[in-house]
Amino acid sequence: MILDAYLLSLMTFLPAAGGLLILLVKATEPLVNRSGAKVPPVVFRAIALVATGLPLVLSLRLMSRGWWPGVAGFDPSGGTQFVHHFVWMREFNIEYFLGVDGLSVSMVILTALISFIACLASVNIHKKPAAYYVLFLLLETGMMGTFCALDMFMFYVFWEVMLLPMYFLIGIWGGPRKEYAAIKFFLYTLAGSVLMLLAVIALYYTSRPMAGIPLTLVDGTAVEHTFNLLKLAELGQAGLFASATPIMGFAFTKIIFIGLFIGFAIKVPMFPFHTWLPDAHVEAPTPISVILAGVLLKMGPYGMLRFNWGILPDATKWAAYGVAVFGAINIVYAAFVCMAQKDLKKLIAYSSVSHMGFVLLGMAACTPQAITGAVFQMWGHGIVSPMLFLIAGVIYERAHTRDIEGFGGLASFMPEYAGLTGLAFFASLGLPGLIGFVGEVMVFLGSWGAPATMGTGFRLLVTVSALSVIITAAYYLWTMQRMFLGRFNEKWKDLHAGLTVTERLTLYPLGVMSLFFGIFPLPIFELINPGIHLLARIVVGTPSA
Amino acid sequence: MNGFSFIDLRLLLPELLLAGTVLILFAGDTLLPDPVHKRRYLTLLALLGLLASAAAALDLSALMLDYGRPLTAIFTGQVAVDPIAMLFKVLFAAITVVGVLTSLLSDELPDKHMGEYYALLLSICFGMFLMASANDLLMVYLALELVSIVSFAMAGYRMHDKRSSEAALKYVIYGGAASGAMLFGMSLLYGMVGTTELTAINHGLVTLSGAPLVAAGIPERVFPLMMVVAVTLVFVGIGYKIAVVPFHMWSPDVYEGSPTPFTGFLSVGPKAAGFALLLRFFIGTLIPGSGGPGYDLDVRGVMPMAVDMPLPAVIGIIAAATMTVGNLAAIPQNNVKRMLAYSSIAHAGYLLMGFVVLSPSALHAVAFYLVIYFVMNIGAFTVVQAVRDRTGGEELHDFRGLGQRAPLLAIAMVIFLLSLTGLPPLAGFIGKFYLFAAVVKRNELWYWVLAMIAVVNSAVSLYYYMRVARAMFLTEPVKDEPLNVGLGYHVVTTALAVPVLVLGLYWAPLSRSITRSLSFYRAPAVVSPVAATTTPAPAPAAVPSPSLAPAGARH
Repeated sequence: MILDAYLLSLMTFLPAAGGLLILLVKATEPLVNRSGAKVPPVVFRAIALVATGLPLVLSLRLMSRGWWPGVAGFDPSGGTQFVHHFVWMREFNIEYFLGVDGLSVSMVILTALISFIACLASVNIHKKPAAYYVLFLLLETGMMGTFCALDMFMFYVFWEVMLLPMYFLIGIWGGPRKEYAAIKFFLYTLAGSVLMLLAVIALYYTSRPMAGIPLTLVDGTAVEHTFNLLKLAELGQAGLFASATPIMGFAFTKIIFIGLFIGFAIKVPMFPFHTWLPDAHVEAPTPISVILAGVLLKMGPYGMLRFNWGILPDATKWAAYGVAVFGAINIVYAAFVCMAQKDLKKLIAYSSVSHMGFVLLGMAACTPQAITGAVFQMWGHGIVSPMLFLIAGVIYERAHTRDIEGFGGLASFMPEYAGLTGLAFFASLGLPGLIGFVGEVMVFLGSWGAPATMGTGFRLLVTVSALSVIITAAYYLWTMQRMFLGRFNEKWKDLHAGLTVTERLTLYPLGVMSLFFGIFPLPIFELINPGIHLLARIVVGTPSA
Repeated sequence: MNGFSFIDLRLLLPELLLAGTVLILFAGDTLLPDPVHKRRYLTLLALLGLLASAAAALDLSALMLDYGRPLTAIFTGQVAVDPIAMLFKVLFAAITVVGVLTSLLSDELPDKHMGEYYALLLSICFGMFLMASANDLLMVYLALELVSIVSFAMAGYRMHDKRSSEAALKYVIYGGAASGAMLFGMSLLYGMVGTTELTAINHGLVTLSGAPLVAAGIPERVFPLMMVVAVTLVFVGIGYKIAVVPFHMWSPDVYEGSPTPFTGFLSVGPKAAGFALLLRFFIGTLIPGSGGPGYDLDVRGVMPMAVDMPLPAVIGIIAAATMTVGNLAAIPQNNVKRMLAYSSIAHAGYLLMGFVVLSPSALHAVAFYLVIYFVMNIGAFTVVQAVRDRTGGEELHDFRGLGQRAPLLAIAMVIFLLSLTGLPPLAGFIGKFYLFAAVVKRNELWYWVLAMIAVVNSAVSLYYYMRVARAMFLTEPVKDEPLNVGLGYHVVTTALAVPVLVLGLYWAPLSRSITRSLSFYRAPAVVSPVAATTTPAPAPAAVPSPSLAPAGARH
């Protein structure tokens, strides 16, 4: 089927094409105005909805388990699929190479889904809608491309393409301290990615054909070095980088691991690089918070799995303990910080930091179960945290404050809202039967069974992390209590109590999913398991650097 | 010895055309009476002259590549004619074309003296052509001074403006000191090897370095202290031209004080010419057997004598200091022109970093970056000029709300600034990628340190570039009414922004043409280390031959 080869390209570039269309419409606006008519902002919104909706529709193809006769979906045990591959720049052996495998498939679907929901939730953006949607769509192209790119150079380009739209989306449409938050986000991420750039170049120049692993471009030209991530992973797993010339007296893989890791850790965000996140979240408009929490944070762990874990397994073994320690710090520290928050959005932001800690812990444990749990946690967090931010947006839209202490007794005033909030909070704190529980429990079980080489200290880390779930429960329940229970603050009696159609359209699908995947997580596991297990086996089977 | 022959004039056609245009411009300035029409006619004339000489340079380049004799030195070895010189000449002509166009649009330049202004601008271009071709210390000095002296006059072009006069004076004093140091370095070189021709100096240096080692093909210990001093002093003169730390102090004041169209030109033209000269000087003197169709590359793909020279110590530290000082000093600037002045100091640092490596890929990266730097930097200056002409100021607050008042201009500015930062998918990223790749490829301690300094610097630079973007898009405008930028500025900025976007996605043609032009400096095949050490290379001529034997003395 023709769509096979172009599926991912379409999913990646349809949003950008939509952005271009909006620009064209905007460019003709003076002509329309001259004839007396006006271009209503809803035109831009409609184009954006179509441009984000189409990738979502196309992503059904990836989820399909024989839903349509004769149309093959993503085959979990089939390796890299839906490949679109041609030579882009012969000079540096750079290829245009898109494809999905077990590592990326869930993230591609998540990106399509969350982008569409965020686009729906953008209904309250009244300031410069055309510019907003153009940047929004460009952002989606960057995100989609990052998850689909299997060429290291392309990956880097997409990774950086996201930064500028994000800067402007926070900086123009954000809250009172938007400028500070926007530039902080930009500088942090860029600082990380320039280190990554050096590591990428070093990997490129260190790669060379090995016995049994010839390096060729897609058209068959033999080359000396490669940007092909799959080839690099093969080379790395064959031990090429482990035996490479040391850099500055340190083992090559360790240096490269650290360079890449810092770049990704900033995005996760991992303590101590997390401070941009609360600022960015608090200032960003709701839909952008949704994107940020739902998709952008997942790029860190995804990059780690694709680059660090896949290409440098020996250094991963070496660094695993440290990563786990930082993961545990994320979990515990951010949970305690949450306890102190008065701003609902800031609380959710820190809870994201805490929950991404589980992902780090699970990845570090390196057992198939733990890594699967980590990837599922990415998926689960990608569903729940957008919901949480939408919830914060609902109340902010009405009350123009997010001060938790300022509310009270909302449960009887806004029962539907209270119910959805309860669902999201419980899903996030890991109540069994909801989506957050599955990831967490997999991570804990998997980490507990981490290889003996990790030592008994590792179990202590897991224990401490697991106990922090109590703090998570505490801050969520306390927030529930302060906002929804107790005496109703009469100040808010004029608020619109019901939810709008858009709010329902965005909240209910996420709520249903967090329930569905909490009870029946199998579809996701089926998608990711073969790919993740393979990676885990490789890392476990490689001696430490 | 190559004497003078009329056939050589054919090889000097680009320069001749340019010189002719300069003369006609001077004449036209006095002959055309009506100042308004005069401005247009003279612009047209200047553009025609530039395009003709660029076409001649392209033609010569193609001729030489076809002919398979890439280097020819004419006028007793004073002027080298080779594809890379031609490439630079085309670049200089393009820079000057943009310079002429921005001057045409500028409100800062009165109609009355346009002929004189263009003539001087093209004279600088003429000097830059010679800088790219200089093959003799004498020509190096003459070309450099021609560019400098005319630049002094241009910096002080707005005679009644105090800042402009101050700029000119600072420029002259620094320039005088730098060329004095350079002359001293040249005299030391001459004293050591007894010749002023670059290629002959190279032969002399090989001879100086100890015959037995050279006979074994190992140019060991080529650089005694005196040599380092001499090279460093010559570097002072060129370093002043490209504005590297610590010879950069003139540049912010001159950039701020000069008429804006000239500032834009100055920030790319003479800088690119300085790098072309640096290329010429270092390759000419440091590569054994240059003058032939190829030379033996080091195992790491590095030029052999560059390995011996303490380049990382001499130039590497300067490069690191240049980018750091430039970037840090740019952060607090509120005058955008001054900020861009510091930013172009930082860019000289990145470019110089390529020089430290001195491998074919690094030279390629430097030439490639120069082309991209030209487009993005002159683009940014053009926007500043437009804002200055329309709002009367070039401070950060004059840019406030530009995104609303002149969206096209503001978007172009963001493209230029992000490209200067080095963000993909813009051309500046590709340029930096090539530079970093060349440095990382060396894979030695100091090169890693240098690369780290460079990447941290490019992250820092984001902050001040984004200050402009912030002023344009994130803050409310001072006045609400749209800015009437005019068609001219829109055309020029868009014409510069498009290549920045396109080259970021598809740069192969540019990269290939640079590779082809540099092919002369590339070995036909990398010799294996074993063959290189066991086969004794023929000893170089005992008496340095001033002629540039086309086939190469050592091969």
